Amino acid sequence: MRFLDALLGRTRPVQPDLDALFAVPAAATTLQAALDLEPTGVGAVCFKTAEGPAAARAESEALSLLTADQAARVATSRDEYGYTWIAGRRDRDDLAGLVTDLHAVNSTLADAGYGPSLLCTVTGFTGADGRRLGLVYLFKRGTFYPFAPSGAQSRDNALELQVRAQLGGELPVESDLSRWFPIWTTPAL
Amino acid sequence: MRTRFRPDRRLTARMALTVFLLGLVYVAFIAVLVTLLRSWVAIVVIAGGVMAVQYWCSDRIALAGMGARIVDPQQQPRLHGVIDRLCAAADMPKPRVAVADTDLPNAFATGRNTDRAVVCVTTGLMRRLDTDELEGVLAHELSHIAHRDVAVMTLAAFLGVVAGMVTRFMFYSQLFGGRRRGDNQTYLLLVLVMAVSAVVYTLSFLLIRALSRYRELAADRAGATLTGRPSVLASALTKVTGEMARIPTRDLRTAQAFNAFFFTPAVGARPSLATLLSTHPTLQRRLDQLAEISTELERAAPEA
Repeated sequence: MRFLDALLGRTRPVQPDLDALFAVPAAATTLQAALDLEPTGVGAVCFKTAEGPAAARAESEALSLLTADQAARVATSRDEYGYTWIAGRRDRDDLAGLVTDLHAVNSTLADAGYGPSLLCTVTGFTGADGRRLGLVYLFKRGTFYPFAPSGAQSRDNALELQVRAQLGGELPVESDLSRWFPIWTTPAL
Repeated sequence: MRTRFRPDRRLTARMALTVFLLGLVYVAFIAVLVTLLRSWVAIVVIAGGVMAVQYWCSDRIALAGMGARIVDPQQQPRLHGVIDRLCAAADMPKPRVAVADTDLPNAFATGRNTDRAVVCVTTGLMRRLDTDELEGVLAHELSHIAHRDVAVMTLAAFLGVVAGMVTRFMFYSQLFGGRRRGDNQTYLLLVLVMAVSAVVYTLSFLLIRALSRYRELAADRAGATLTGRPSVLASALTKVTGEMARIPTRDLRTAQAFNAFFFTPAVGARPSLATLLSTHPTLQRRLDQLAEISTELERAAPEA
């Protein structure tokens, strides 16, 4: 079918794999034990809002799911590339709750038919010494990668590689390093 | 899983028909060559060599021709950021990114496969479009890579080139070679081969152009699907074509050889009779399709 698709110029929109997110709390325990990184309790979903009122409806539906729960605090923002971020905040130790929130947003958008528009989900971690780490989940690949900003436009590659080594056994870590793209302006960090 | 992004069956059918007709013309052509000509092998080998070089070096040829250079994320953070996100959304490997230093607002994608692919944009394009519109154009170019357009079009053009070569070769050999042996049958045979080759060349030329137009439409559709914003791509198209018509002609002539790869062809405003021969659909046709996708997005999502 791949060959026919190329010949006829067809593209199948890639559907996201949503459930892998639930592996994050276990990975967080490892990060804490091995690298002294704690979850910040903040996570965010990034997607491209399609044009038109149907997309806006799906987005507000996803938002209302989160705001219905008193324990969750939610914020939306647009980044410089025109992507929408829905950020959720929970208590530091309630990572499972945060992941459930993020999953709810993802599945609401996917059920409304915008699964192909989902880009990534980021959960934030921080170290006592000020190190910051985002665990980025790539929907379309079903893989995670670490993103550790150390300045306005610089990354702590050493920390990222440490995280990769630690999490290799627990999460599917993205093996193609060229796909570890920077997300400087994510509200999750 | 549900999706609002649906394929266009009619476009697929038209493309399938074009590919089929092209194949038919080529099979007939090969049959005629084999029955009529002894030296057809040499011609196919020469043309095959030329096309292979074009295929294998398509990225280098196009980049050198446009005077483009590969840029890294430090040099062009915005461009790389847009492409990173599009590739992550489409789940495709990231192509190399190049910038051509010309004010002609355009973009092209080339390279024989997804690993060797290059996306090139001009500085004129980056200056004129905002980030969303740039993303629309880049999504269109990435779709060309995903559809493997360089491979498909090279293959599609291959026997057309052979036919063109045969026609020209025969024509000149009759003009200057003379018919010393005066063998009537050989003469008839050569005229026949020339006639068939000319017909094949014409037919394949028209079909390849049609195929190219369909592939542009397919790339528009796939690009709009990827960003979810057909209207932004439409606005980029209008902006770029509007600007193209106003560019002085000297710039255009140097760029015309690269038309097949371009986001929009480098020609000024021109009469509509040329539509059959053009590599790109008309602006109106492309805008109509994008408007159609835009309304499709509003309908309820079907089960995929």
